[in-house]
Amino acid sequence: MPNGIRAQKISAWTPGERPAAALSRFVEHHPVLVFTLPASLVVFVLMVFPVFYTLYMSLHSWFASSLTAPEFVGLQNFKRAFTQDERFRNAIWLTLYFTLLATALQLVLGVALALLLNRPFRGKGFFRSIFLMPMVATPVAIALVWMMMYNPTLGVMNYLVGLVGLGPYKWVSDVRFVIPALAVVDTWEWTPLITLITLAGLATLPLEPYESALIDGATPAQMFWRITLPLLRPTIVVALLFRSIDCLKTFDIIYVMTAGGPGFASETLNVYTFQVGLFYFHIGYASSLLVILFALVLGVSLILIKVRRGAW
Amino acid sequence: MHARRKTGESPWTYLLLAAILIPFLFPLLWMFLSSLKTQVENTAYPPVWIFRPTLNNYRQVFTKNPFFTFTWNSLVVAAGSTGLALLLGLPGSYAIARFKRTGIALAILTARMAPGIGYLIPWFILFTKLKLIDTYTALILTHLIVALPLVLWVMIGFFEDVPAELIEAARIDGCSNFAAFLRVALPLVKPGIVATAILSFIFSWNNFMFSLIIAGFKTRTLPIAVYNFLSYEEINWGGLTAAATIITLPVLTLSLFIQKHIVRGLTFGALKG
Repeated sequence: MPNGIRAQKISAWTPGERPAAALSRFVEHHPVLVFTLPASLVVFVLMVFPVFYTLYMSLHSWFASSLTAPEFVGLQNFKRAFTQDERFRNAIWLTLYFTLLATALQLVLGVALALLLNRPFRGKGFFRSIFLMPMVATPVAIALVWMMMYNPTLGVMNYLVGLVGLGPYKWVSDVRFVIPALAVVDTWEWTPLITLITLAGLATLPLEPYESALIDGATPAQMFWRITLPLLRPTIVVALLFRSIDCLKTFDIIYVMTAGGPGFASETLNVYTFQVGLFYFHIGYASSLLVILFALVLGVSLILIKVRRGAW
Repeated sequence: MHARRKTGESPWTYLLLAAILIPFLFPLLWMFLSSLKTQVENTAYPPVWIFRPTLNNYRQVFTKNPFFTFTWNSLVVAAGSTGLALLLGLPGSYAIARFKRTGIALAILTARMAPGIGYLIPWFILFTKLKLIDTYTALILTHLIVALPLVLWVMIGFFEDVPAELIEAARIDGCSNFAAFLRVALPLVKPGIVATAILSFIFSWNNFMFSLIIAGFKTRTLPIAVYNFLSYEEINWGGLTAAATIITLPVLTLSLFIQKHIVRGLTFGALKG
């Protein structure tokens, strides 16, 4: 319908018409506006306000506890982060290390499990409901149990690795082990998601390529590398996209289990920003760190979206 | 089909399934078992596997702490944010799906990428100024930041599955846009609404970061209560795991009803798994 006609109909409000009738007529002619307006307004207020606030504050120096107004400092905060702040550089490195390790672990494990599970068996529903428990369980509770299991003197993990002649380790209390130990927790939580996504992808694969590969005498390994994996690529990349975004932002588990320690050995960018903003109340500097963190998330997302569209 | 089934169900399959499940089940099982042990059993090394279960830890959690208040707070915030998100999100996602306004949807997805602290810091400062820290209002609003995009995205997928012909038929029969939404589309996506509501409830129930800052003494939710126990009861594993079990059990139970939709929910509707 051309816009002119629509506008004319609305403006033709006849005097004496009941407001309710006028309202329902308005809904009739602007369904998208009326239906999406409440949600859009709330999203705008809840989410767009913080974005502008953060952008504004990232160019200012301000402590939440101070009585003075924010002072404009230009790009000083960013300069400080990249040139003077040792803790920031450490946080960037740890964020990338944790993300790379955790996503790689859960991707390989998740896809492998999906290939193993891609067969008919009875009790699929039961299996699925148990398998997805790590994803929905409360993160604080997960962190607590893993802390208990990782306990250097009494924990069951040292007992279990001891059975195969390894350890004892200090796990999250050890500077060298803390990031891998946290990546294991994240992997435990999220491997099921990758498996379920991959299983859904496997279910949609066409049969023809496999039939012709069989005729040509291809080995199962060749079929996996040449057919299954390329066909699954879009699915896997989407899974990877979600997981890497969330890994870059992982907070609950790290904060509860180590609070960034020992020392700063597990202080990822998200945890560091939390401390700067909500512990030291340095809102200006925290805001600029947030801009950097968001840029990092956006960068990784764009790379993965590119990967999904084109060449590896 | 018959032959395939036979090979698929060999004993090896079930051995394999067990081998896969055990590592994923173990931490939760360990949590539950520890909550039934005495302090002596919990600090024994090597760990005790066979013991006489006791409910003492649970009794202690409820008598030594206002645990019912924490549970009530969690319930109010989760139900409040879920209800509001559905009220606002259902019409929105219907319109986005029916009139193909994916631009709006994409803008909302960007919100999924932004780090939570980015929302938390501005709202913390504003709520402090408005003296709204430690109120249900502030908690529900911050939890809505997660719940509303979730509802919008997941429900777009469900509304897209409603055949457009049904809506058009209703429109031809004289249904208004609003009536078509309320009487035709909504009843058809009822299972989707239930699944989305459960997901949104779980997200709010599990939320740690927002509640840690926005909740105070009066509105403290369960995750924050357990986190606080952790700081001053570090060694009392029985009590801690009992509290952890109490938080986790409701979400695990709820998740049983949505296992078909969980992938859709966790990927914001990007994948229909």
